[in-house]
Amino acid sequence: MPEIGDSILTALGLIVSGDPDLIEIVLLSLRVSLTAVALAAMIGVPLGAALAVLRFPGRGALVLLVNALMGLPPVVVGLFVYLCLSATGPFGVFGLLYTPGAMIIAQTILVAPIIAALSRATLAEMAAEYDDTLRMLGASPTETIATLLWDARFALVTALLAGLGRALAEVGAVMLVGGNIDHVTRVMTTAIALETSRGALPMALGLGMVLLLLTLILNAAVIGLRARFEGPAHA
Amino acid sequence: MKRLLLALFLATPAMAQDNVVLVQSTTSTQNSGLYDAILPIAEEALGLDIRVVAVGTGQALQNAERCDGDMLIVHARDAEIAFVAAGFGTERQDLMYNDFVIVGPATDPAGIADAPDAATALGAIAAAAAPFASRGDDSGTHRKELSLWDGVADVAAASGTWYRETGSGMGATLNVAAGMGAYTLTDRATWLAFENRGDLAILFQGDPELFNQYGVIPVDPEHCPNVNINGAQAFTDWLVSEAGQQAIADYTLGGEQLFFPNAN
Repeated sequence: MPEIGDSILTALGLIVSGDPDLIEIVLLSLRVSLTAVALAAMIGVPLGAALAVLRFPGRGALVLLVNALMGLPPVVVGLFVYLCLSATGPFGVFGLLYTPGAMIIAQTILVAPIIAALSRATLAEMAAEYDDTLRMLGASPTETIATLLWDARFALVTALLAGLGRALAEVGAVMLVGGNIDHVTRVMTTAIALETSRGALPMALGLGMVLLLLTLILNAAVIGLRARFEGPAHA
Repeated sequence: MKRLLLALFLATPAMAQDNVVLVQSTTSTQNSGLYDAILPIAEEALGLDIRVVAVGTGQALQNAERCDGDMLIVHARDAEIAFVAAGFGTERQDLMYNDFVIVGPATDPAGIADAPDAATALGAIAAAAAPFASRGDDSGTHRKELSLWDGVADVAAASGTWYRETGSGMGATLNVAAGMGAYTLTDRATWLAFENRGDLAILFQGDPELFNQYGVIPVDPEHCPNVNINGAQAFTDWLVSEAGQQAIADYTLGGEQLFFPNAN
């Protein structure tokens, strides 16, 4: 496989040269996926907390549904969002199709169930642990959720990172709703798909390595921040 | 932080702007690098921001019918004429042409290289039951391929045996053909720009049946009030003008011209 060597050289060349097209693509990938994860967190964390703490009819079915939605194929989400945002679709008037906004919406839908399901699992475990104490203190559900969220804040970062990994890695949804338009909606994964379809495999794999490096840096940054805030006792 | 994220989200261009033209296009024109060569010239001349969504011709026609594009650059003449006749496009014009070629393993196990015409070449592939990778995606190339098989072999019955439908784009199908040593039909432009040829080579070419005509169509504003007809018409007029046709003719790869302008 001589392509591996070629692609490592290509990746290094891309990084060293500071190719403006590559920088543009990387920045758009970050902008789309980080925004999507932030929005998905605003939906997913409260939903996960509610499912972990509150007891209501249909809760079991809802947990099952959220867990199942983690397996949503990106291309199905892409198709759904495409039909919604299409000029003749229900939200066509907003003119969002083939813009980064459409890509953010699609990735938010993909990532929210992941964050919700992982948050729920984390918080449910902690809720069981804290149950006696919180009951003794007579905590209301809101207070219970607030306490759990605060104490689980570092564990929840893992859920966000899992969501970010999914967002940065998926290609099916952003390809359909973004259209892979040069300088407008081209991100790392759609650029990789394009280079593959051109048979430019070393370039495609080289871009893949840049994407991997980016994910590594993001993860390292988050772990670094976490260690700092958690203090030396936990680090 | 939340406000920053919201600002980022809202900063995306929400409404179609006057100078943005969205082209629903076949993939060969993008994969071959044609747009990278001619769009900067057109944008400079017209003051437009031209955006290309490259999908198969079938999907491009569907997307345009749903009003998700201002114009089309595709290659399936009958379907294009039907698109205009149905009231979805204003006018279809010839833009340029190249040709299809049959590529396959350089050893040519089915012996198609000396066939007198495309039908005989495909017949030899079917008779030898040699692997053939079909696009299988309702693209312009797929439609052309099916029309060539018509009366030669019942490929629908052979699907999954020697006849393998990839259901994907030209580049992906060429990657498959290179990987499994299969024959396939490809437009010459995608082939010339394609870098992962493995031991594939052009084995059959030159039959007039393999002519590949590209057309350009602005989407009809009466069908789609949201389209930027002025921008689409301006870019269409430029493409078929002397300047546009010259820009197409000037695009070469490895010394070979990929597309031959033939607007009236």
